[in-house]
Amino acid sequence: MADPGILGSTLPAADAVRERLSGPHGPRPKRALSGTNIMLYGTLLIVAMYYLLPLYVMLVTSVKGMPEIRLGNVFSPPMEITFQPWVKAWAEACTGINCDGLSRGFWNSVRILIPSVILSIAIASVNGYALSMWKFRGSELFFTILILGAFIPYQVMLYPIVIMLREAGLYGSLTGLVLVHVVFGMPINTLLFRNYFAAIPSELFKAARVDGAGFWGIYFRIVMPMSLPIFVVALIIQVTGIWNDFLFGVTYISSPERYPMTVQLNNIVNSVQGVKEYNVNMAATLLTGLVPLVIYFASGRLFVRGIAAGAVKG
Amino acid sequence: MALVQNGARAESAATRAKPPIRLFRNLMPKIASIPMIFTALVVFVGGTIWTIVYSFTSSGLLPRLDWAGLQQYERLWETRRWIVSIQNLAIYGICSLVLTLLLGFVLAALLDRKIRFEDAFRTIFLYPFALSFIVTGLIWQWILNPEFGIQGIVRGLGWESFNFDPLYNADIVMYGLLIAGLWQGTGLIMCIMLAGLRGIDEDIWKATRIDGIPTWKTYVFVIIPMMRPVFVTSVVLIASGIVKLYDLVVAMTAGGPGIASEVPAKYVMNNMFGGQNMGQGFAASTMMLLSVVIILVPWAYLEFGGRKRG
Amino acid sequence: MHSVEIRNLDLSFGGLGVLKNLNLDIREGEFLVLLGSSGCGKSTLLNCIAGLLEVTNGQIFINGRNVTWAEPSERGIGMVFQSYALYPQMTVEGNLSFGLRNARMPKAEIEKRVTRAAEILQIEPLLKRKPAALSGGQRQRVAIGRALVRDVDVFLFDEPLSNLDAKLRADLRVELKQLHSRLGNTMIYVTHDQIEAMTLADRIAIMRGGVIEQLTSPDEIYNRPVNKYVADFVGSPSMNFMEGVIDGGIFRVGEARIPLDRYRASGRGDMSGPAWIGVRPEHVVTGDAAEGAAYAAEVPVELVEPMGSDTLVWTTFEGSRFRLRMDGQSQVRKGDRMRIGLALEQSSLFDSASEVRL
Repeated sequence: MADPGILGSTLPAADAVRERLSGPHGPRPKRALSGTNIMLYGTLLIVAMYYLLPLYVMLVTSVKGMPEIRLGNVFSPPMEITFQPWVKAWAEACTGINCDGLSRGFWNSVRILIPSVILSIAIASVNGYALSMWKFRGSELFFTILILGAFIPYQVMLYPIVIMLREAGLYGSLTGLVLVHVVFGMPINTLLFRNYFAAIPSELFKAARVDGAGFWGIYFRIVMPMSLPIFVVALIIQVTGIWNDFLFGVTYISSPERYPMTVQLNNIVNSVQGVKEYNVNMAATLLTGLVPLVIYFASGRLFVRGIAAGAVKG
Repeated sequence: MALVQNGARAESAATRAKPPIRLFRNLMPKIASIPMIFTALVVFVGGTIWTIVYSFTSSGLLPRLDWAGLQQYERLWETRRWIVSIQNLAIYGICSLVLTLLLGFVLAALLDRKIRFEDAFRTIFLYPFALSFIVTGLIWQWILNPEFGIQGIVRGLGWESFNFDPLYNADIVMYGLLIAGLWQGTGLIMCIMLAGLRGIDEDIWKATRIDGIPTWKTYVFVIIPMMRPVFVTSVVLIASGIVKLYDLVVAMTAGGPGIASEVPAKYVMNNMFGGQNMGQGFAASTMMLLSVVIILVPWAYLEFGGRKRG
Repeated sequence: MHSVEIRNLDLSFGGLGVLKNLNLDIREGEFLVLLGSSGCGKSTLLNCIAGLLEVTNGQIFINGRNVTWAEPSERGIGMVFQSYALYPQMTVEGNLSFGLRNARMPKAEIEKRVTRAAEILQIEPLLKRKPAALSGGQRQRVAIGRALVRDVDVFLFDEPLSNLDAKLRADLRVELKQLHSRLGNTMIYVTHDQIEAMTLADRIAIMRGGVIEQLTSPDEIYNRPVNKYVADFVGSPSMNFMEGVIDGGIFRVGEARIPLDRYRASGRGDMSGPAWIGVRPEHVVTGDAAEGAAYAAEVPVELVEPMGSDTLVWTTFEGSRFRLRMDGQSQVRKGDRMRIGLALEQSSLFDSASEVRL
């Protein structure tokens, strides 16, 4: 059977990324303006264009007026900048009968996000703590199942969860969706915390026990204050993951008034009725992508660490 | 003070002279692990078994436990939409796997060549990964718009017969999805590959330089073989992502034109929540699970079986 | 009353016995060292006494109380770890008071105890610092202070010096010894370093494979090892061994006939049959003294290792590798021949089969 410990360590996850992004190892290019160098930087610049272009297109489209869009192409810079599409996307765009724009989805997502993130990090960190320092009979088995569960296609578990939520009277509610996020965020975050905590010297744990600290005392007063970075990494993984979720939102939220932002965005942009307002669509898309983008650019290397570990989620 | 403490100590110690019942020893970690145990056993194991069991029933509008044998699977493999989904996933999967590995490695190797602005380039290559598939899909839907997007621009440059409308052409729609998928996902693999490259001892590079081995040969014959575990991990990540492909299709093409860009995950969703055809959904999702098992077992064997022997 | 009593202690991990029916009495105020190579169970035993490992069978008493199933903090023990295990995010003061705060002791009492411990250990100026800003020696003192403030009966040390460089280790060893004589607590000290064991211990328990091989004073351990394992383990460079046969008060090995009349037999076994003779390098005498020894022979000098204070000479004696320690001034050279004598009074004989001291 796969030992989860090895599983965790073989993935060149968090720590490897942190350490290995420290400095380049490859062969040194010879001179500043050699042919190789022009090739090298040329290739990188072209590829960088491919990656940046969509962001540019999104931005320019969102500040053009519709007449200008119909005349030009997606890449042409705006001649006249208007923020009307942004206003419309935020406050006026319609999904079904509601015409109060993406703001509704935004606030739904916030209301889903905050409890989901807090709860999932709380549970996953306690799991990781129990798994690394308070092993009990069966704990490794439960952990192995949990990690294997991360590889099961979500579709397999979607309907059983519908039944469970319905039995609990939570189907269709934001609370239900929060619980779903907690459940599906658990494998990766538990793995993350477990591996991090496992690196804390066991003598520290023993010393705290001799000093009379119990399960929660050690967690709150020794382990947590030592582990701030991993909490930030987990925070980044969870915020972007939950914000970007579409599948669970569309499955477990029954009424359009409570849809998270991604679902509402898709409904606005891909709605078949009415004239397509590309500028509003792009403004809405950009608005939805803004939260993870801000987190990405603000967190820098921690994000790299987080996603490399979070990538296990697939 | 010390006396009082000693007294208290003696008293509580006396009650513990006998071993406590096994289950209640260190009770708190067990209580704290209840959410994990519940998730592992009830949701993951229980849910999976439930779905597999119900895939052998004739559940329609609602799940019902009336045995139907392999009927759902037979129907599944007779359904054109499912066959197309599988074919699409195969095309997308193979291309995505090969290209992501290739691009990811090449980009990582380029970034590893002591270049300037490495951080900036890395940030640019990785940012799409922070975006959701919905956002990714909608951006590319717009860029690939035949009227205003790439096709329109090239035609506007005078090449009137230029055709590139993947989202409206059933033959190439999967490649349209691929462009967006690669844009979103290569950054991650690049980062993992870069970490792998940085993990290689710098002395290897010195040794090959002293031996006069060309750079490309060093990469192909020395570095890549050394990075086997990184490649294996990348393949597992890419593959398990491919199987889950859903959001991107919904956002970009909604499965169209016609059923040209249907994928298995979408087939499951449509049958389970749209088509009131539960049994089909369960059977299709069981097939998805099977494909993951087929990917995972060789990987687990390579990773863990090999290690035990060594 | 014994300070710590261990009765029939068993501990096994997954069917594998780590400690086997172990009995040990430790006197009040005693400095006991558990010595052994890695994997012998010495740290495991210490962790059992501390309550950090659950025993499989048997009982542990501290100050007469049965603490076998008590929490570590309820046992009246303090522990000092190899890495010192100071809580990195707390100041020295926070480290010292953590246990007291957990016991919900009044603030004034905590302060009093911390001040007193800091005074004894001379770390008052460091109270506001974080562990990262302390030297190795200061960290050790804080770690000891953590046990000291809790007013415990027994101090447990788990290889507290083995992370340090040689010079610091020697300094801290002395400090520990002084501290023990000042505090007078019972101390149980785990190490694999025989110098630490010899210098610190009132008694040494040599462990192997989860059992105590010998428990006695350092002097006895060194001079009258109870079996061949103990004899071989203690002493550096280690004891010279030769296998031969005892026959009528004579030890025969190769051509040599060594009379045993000066040997102090332990009376534990038959002085006949196949046996090992063990002679420590410093108990091989040279020059004039050799003629006065129980047995003398001429041997070739094969290798000379000058070590400053003394010189180690390698030779071969009746087919066995033999080392002898001479003083640092001796002028022997490779290729010389020299007379050596064996001091039978200080030698050891072990039965070949059971390896028990004869």
